[in-house]
Amino acid sequence: MTELLSTWLDFLPPEAVGALIDLVAILAVTVVVILCVAYATYLERKVIGFMQLRQGPNRVGFRGLLQPFADVLKLLVKEIVIPGRANRWLFLTAPVLALVPALAAWAVVPLFPGFAVADLNAGLLYLLAMTSLGIYGIILAGWASNSKYALLGAMRSAAQMVAYEIAMGFALVGVLMAAGSLNLGDIVEKQAGGVGNWFVLPLLPLFLVYFISGIAETNRAPFDVAEGESEIVAGFHVEYGGATFAMFFLAEYANMILIATLTAVLFLGGWDSPFAGLIDRQWPVVGILAAPGLFWLAAKTFLFLFVFLWLRATFPRYRYDQIMRLGWKVFIPVTLVWIGVEAVLSVLDMGPFK
Amino acid sequence: MQQIPEIFPLILFYGWSGMLIAAAVGVITARNPVHSVLLLVLCFVISAAIWLLLRAEFLAVALVLVYVGAVMVLLLFVVMMLDINVERMREGLTRYAPLGVLVGLLLAAQLSSVWWLRRSGLEIAAPADTLVFEEGNTQALGTLLYTEHLYAFEIAGYILLLAIIGAITLTLRRRKGLRVQQVSEQVAVRPESRVRLVRMPVEKDE
Amino acid sequence: MNDSEKRPAAGKPGPGDRIRAVFRTFALWELLRGLRVTLGNFFRRKVTLRYPEEKAPQSPRFRGLHALRRYANGEERCIACKLCEAVCPALAITIESEVREDGTRRASRYDIDLFKCVYCGFCEEACPVDAIVETRIHEYHMEHRGENILTRERLLEIGDRYEEQIAADRSADASYR
Repeated sequence: MTELLSTWLDFLPPEAVGALIDLVAILAVTVVVILCVAYATYLERKVIGFMQLRQGPNRVGFRGLLQPFADVLKLLVKEIVIPGRANRWLFLTAPVLALVPALAAWAVVPLFPGFAVADLNAGLLYLLAMTSLGIYGIILAGWASNSKYALLGAMRSAAQMVAYEIAMGFALVGVLMAAGSLNLGDIVEKQAGGVGNWFVLPLLPLFLVYFISGIAETNRAPFDVAEGESEIVAGFHVEYGGATFAMFFLAEYANMILIATLTAVLFLGGWDSPFAGLIDRQWPVVGILAAPGLFWLAAKTFLFLFVFLWLRATFPRYRYDQIMRLGWKVFIPVTLVWIGVEAVLSVLDMGPFK
Repeated sequence: MQQIPEIFPLILFYGWSGMLIAAAVGVITARNPVHSVLLLVLCFVISAAIWLLLRAEFLAVALVLVYVGAVMVLLLFVVMMLDINVERMREGLTRYAPLGVLVGLLLAAQLSSVWWLRRSGLEIAAPADTLVFEEGNTQALGTLLYTEHLYAFEIAGYILLLAIIGAITLTLRRRKGLRVQQVSEQVAVRPESRVRLVRMPVEKDE
Repeated sequence: MNDSEKRPAAGKPGPGDRIRAVFRTFALWELLRGLRVTLGNFFRRKVTLRYPEEKAPQSPRFRGLHALRRYANGEERCIACKLCEAVCPALAITIESEVREDGTRRASRYDIDLFKCVYCGFCEEACPVDAIVETRIHEYHMEHRGENILTRERLLEIGDRYEEQIAADRSADASYR
């Protein structure tokens, strides 16, 4: 496709064509992510509804399938109320600051063999940096609102995100030790060849820590003390309505899908097929199952997204001090121990780390 | 990458440098301390972008990750909690101005001395290009840190560890008589040890 | 003797308990058990009614919107005895009476404030002539101020329109009264 575009646009300088292709890729990924976010909200309401023996949304469109669009329309036409003594400029900047890193992180995610918007060598670090930037939106929203609940929510979420970032970073260290690369594409390549080669089994503790820290990092239940609707109304976004609220919403769900995708990429072999080692690609019909592709990544992402919602439907909210205890006193030691085990094993050339 | 005209990175460099200086000036002139912190964050992000221009992607990302993602968040946290009196801050500005100017001059002198020494032919700082190896900036840094500069690196690590332990011991206070939750005990408890079934003789009215 | 002294082992888990707890914690045992419950519910039959299409069954005793009934010959039943007004715990009923040309006592005004009414059904119980009743209608709304007051005319109109169902409900319930 790249060649086709270059032949069409050969009147332009090659750099411009390259930039154009990048732009198209960025737009495509962003639009797909936003659509996924829309349907993630629908999925969430359906899944939680089903787990509570309810139907979930079923009014707009067939089985409520158009519900996300109705919600978006509602949010976009609502008035944006700016509190009287709020810091107006920061109040309006905060939602953007929350949304941009959430979308920017998608740049390095390898979606199918040989494709990521930006095939960065330090992709893993870039991801860590982007996920840690999302916190600014939340803190500033809390502070700029000039509201006590919002400030409390922002404080809680700031402490929580800083704490879990460390555990998350250590889990990623384990992955990069196993893969020997910071490039996400290389990490997936390293796991090619069926379930046996995936990092889930050798890095099981890190996998669990990463996913749970991911939930904490996105401020999702049961770690949603930043919102804590039963204690501090809606936390950092109490004062936000309409389009500004929609942006926080978008950021939260984009982050959620991102964490789900990353868990799939880092531990479950990304686009790699689970049948790769079992079924020969040359076999008729079933051979397709062994082919790597976007489908497998999407399926794994969906699985983790479902777990996100499943956890929310199951567990009560953590108490704040328990969140801190889990992050600092359980996850960080667990990851450190496992990185040590991994290091010793790989130096001795034993087990799965060769 | 090589086909990009020479002028393009130059434009980016000067544009970003201008923004960086403007943001840095903003940091010390902003009336609201929260704005100052945010402008400082902007400074870091722009510096990271300039490092990316030098193809030092590891340093750039590390700068964003460590300073913007962690240090500045904590600083912002503290600044938001403080109720800073802006008027009194203003008074300080003129008092500390001479000291600030002195520090600034010192920095400028140091930087220009490097430039001057290099011009006189001394090899005191290698040009940035030699750091960019084939396999990328991250690996190059790693190789250097863990071979040539291993001792310095380890010693720096230990000093930081000591600093952490020191900070914790200085601030950790255990008050006596506090009822602290013992999570491990709570988790380890069995239903049998909490509930005891007793057989009571039937009470009769007198 | 103090109770806690008698059973020193009560709150304190032993070393065996602790080892068991460590394994259960790191296997996420309790969490998985909780997740199993919600996943089980995920596949169970849903209990929600799709309201406008599906409705819950209603008892003939359902107490909804009020109505005033008439006799079969078209004469209104209400004799303005004001028993309902007296029994109404929410003071929602206002009655004014007058003597009609034929010498009978009738209500010239019979207002029920739906905002005050608690739908207890006492008015219906108190009525000696089965005039005021509560129908099964529960899907009604008001669009303007003042529509919450049901006047005598509107009550009679509701009674006329739903007389068939009202009569059927009363006769269905008659043997239990």
